[in-house]
Amino acid sequence: MEQPVLADHPGRVGSRRPRARFGKALAPYLLSLPAGLWLLILFLIPLVVMLSLSLQTCNNATGACVMTWHWGEFWQQLSLYHGQFLNSFYYAGAATIIDLLISFPIAYWIAFYGGNKKNFFLLMLLVPFFVSFIIRTVVWQFILSDQGIILGGLKNAHLLPQSFHVLATGYAVVAGLAYNYLPFTALPLYVAIERIDRRILDAAYDLYATKRDAFLRIILPLTVPGLFAAFLLTFIPQLGDYVNQQVLGGTSNTMIGTVIQNAFLVNLDYAGGSALSAILLAIALIGIFAYSRLLGSRAIEDFL
Amino acid sequence: MTETHAASTAATYEQGDPGRASASGLPAIELAGVAKVFHSGSEVVTAVRAMDLQIVEGEFFSLLGPSGCGKTTTMRMIAGFEEPTSGTVYLHGRDVTGVPPNKRDVNMVFQSYALFPHMNVFDNVAFGLHRKGVAKDEIGRRVNEMLDIVGLTGRGQRRPRELSGGQQQRVALARALVNHPRALLLDEPLGALDLKLRQAMQVELKRIQREVGITFVYVTHDQNEALTMSDRIAVMNDGVIEHLASPREIYEHPATRFVAGFIGTSNVFNGTVARMAGDVAVLEMGASERILVPIGDRAVRAGDTLDVTVRPEKMDISTEQPSGDLCALRGTVTEVVYLGTSTNFSVTTSTGADIVVFQQNSATARDLADRGDSIWLSWQPQHSYPIG
Ligand SMILES: Nc1ncnc2c1ncn2[C@@H]1O[C@H](COP(=O)(O)OP(=O)(O)O)[C@@H](O)[C@H]1O
Ligand SMILES: [Mg+2]
Repeated sequence: MEQPVLADHPGRVGSRRPRARFGKALAPYLLSLPAGLWLLILFLIPLVVMLSLSLQTCNNATGACVMTWHWGEFWQQLSLYHGQFLNSFYYAGAATIIDLLISFPIAYWIAFYGGNKKNFFLLMLLVPFFVSFIIRTVVWQFILSDQGIILGGLKNAHLLPQSFHVLATGYAVVAGLAYNYLPFTALPLYVAIERIDRRILDAAYDLYATKRDAFLRIILPLTVPGLFAAFLLTFIPQLGDYVNQQVLGGTSNTMIGTVIQNAFLVNLDYAGGSALSAILLAIALIGIFAYSRLLGSRAIEDFL
Repeated sequence: MTETHAASTAATYEQGDPGRASASGLPAIELAGVAKVFHSGSEVVTAVRAMDLQIVEGEFFSLLGPSGCGKTTTMRMIAGFEEPTSGTVYLHGRDVTGVPPNKRDVNMVFQSYALFPHMNVFDNVAFGLHRKGVAKDEIGRRVNEMLDIVGLTGRGQRRPRELSGGQQQRVALARALVNHPRALLLDEPLGALDLKLRQAMQVELKRIQREVGITFVYVTHDQNEALTMSDRIAVMNDGVIEHLASPREIYEHPATRFVAGFIGTSNVFNGTVARMAGDVAVLEMGASERILVPIGDRAVRAGDTLDVTVRPEKMDISTEQPSGDLCALRGTVTEVVYLGTSTNFSVTTSTGADIVVFQQNSATARDLADRGDSIWLSWQPQHSYPIG
């Protein structure tokens, strides 16, 4: 029965197989389609829109924008707001360093001494962050307020002068940033330290290393990729943060995030806001490249 | 019994404990009543039980036993990574209780090599010398010399992950040996290598040990490895040393049923002593079937039951009943495996014991028996050895 059918349509068998093979070759692309679409719609298109907006000129009254290739926008914005850019780098830099200094001992302790309660300790670390970002920051406003639980008490005990204040200073902004981004530093560091093979440490001790030697020559170098990840995940978002500065800072320490937010939402200066965002992005990228050239990528490569 | 060592040290050491010996008068490593108990959760694991052990300066000493018998734990107590729950470890006569690993004059080659992944081969090997504050040019000289010895000349700039398993093994060895430790502890160092490489490295390790003259304590679960490399072997089972002796002694006269079974294939018979003929026990196993066992200085009387071991290569297979004063048993061949130079017969005896017999293949030995054949087993009485 079958044979004549096959003989009549020899092309049937032949034509099906290449199609199957074609489908197989296509499979990886099909599988990456959701991720690709995600990147395209939520990352690439907004990026292009933002970059093109920064070169357009907008009518403030109507909000209509026309492409004018106005490259001067960048220099204009930079000269207007370079102080706020510098503030952002100072505060984010200081907060990142504080986060690294606080996180390292915590991550180290959980990884080495957490025993079978490691997950519990990690959860404890994260619990405060189940509360909304804004509320956490506002609570810091209470804590740091001039007559709040800390400063008020110290002032009543005459340990601090009545004029002393933290709120509305750069210190309060750095404190808020450091607090809000701590998990982004602690978790990658924890993963990096946890990954270190304990037998390698045994080997170091066996080869006459002191605790200090083992830390400086084994643990620290092997944690470099984690430090790099922690740095990126903390510093970059802090750079563009606009909540901490507005809630905890004052008018004299504005960060660039606040300027960008105002440009878009208050002044409706889309071109200016886009230009500032583009500058921030460029600076961050240059920083990352320089950083990874110096120690990041080479160190990361070594552990893959 | 370790005749050679015991004899030479009986004078230097009180009561002439077996195995205690040294050129300098002190054993390189001594464990006295050492035990280790682990508590993990509600579980209590006794890894090592009241172990007494003396390892001689310059000897190649093996700890042999199945996985989980406490070899690594013993090693880690010598290196200082674990403190004994009870008992004392002495290194060259010095009580090292509480002395951390970095202050002990022994080095370890880890089961997994544990090379430093972020350092090249040279820096890995130089690590210990740097920590000891050796001068820079001397470090360079000694590291390169050691890389020559282990056959890694010119590989100093490679990273560990760029090396094969065998090469990583050599780096681990060089990294420990370059410090001239008074003893080197090796924990299954060849376990991750394939058979060919393992055999080559066994020869290599022996050569290096002879060359550097350092005491080697070698942990393995491979009985062939222990037999071919060691001066003495301690066979461990469940945290206890069941037999401590030379490889030959352990192979030919295993102290316990466990040792007999663990060291190569061994046949064990169980029977009741019918009578004593001088210092030879006679076990009647059936009509004209008997096993003769020289019992040495054991106290054995008629009526006692006895475990007897006989090595597979010591037995002969014949179709006729053997004559003379031989041990003889009747049996049925259940399997025949041809192995080139020898043939491997599985036999069930008339008493129901399943045993193995190796016969060298020669022109006359061919076609001795087939599956299902009834045959006679025979061997010289001196190859019967009582155990237990
Ligand atoms: N740190 C530890 N905690 C709990 N149990 C352990 C620990 N180390 C070893 N053991 C147990 O002790 C026994 C002996 O282990 P080990 O010395 O590693 O054996 P071997 O090296 O002979 O395979 C095993 O039952 C093992 O599970
Ligand atoms: Mg082990």
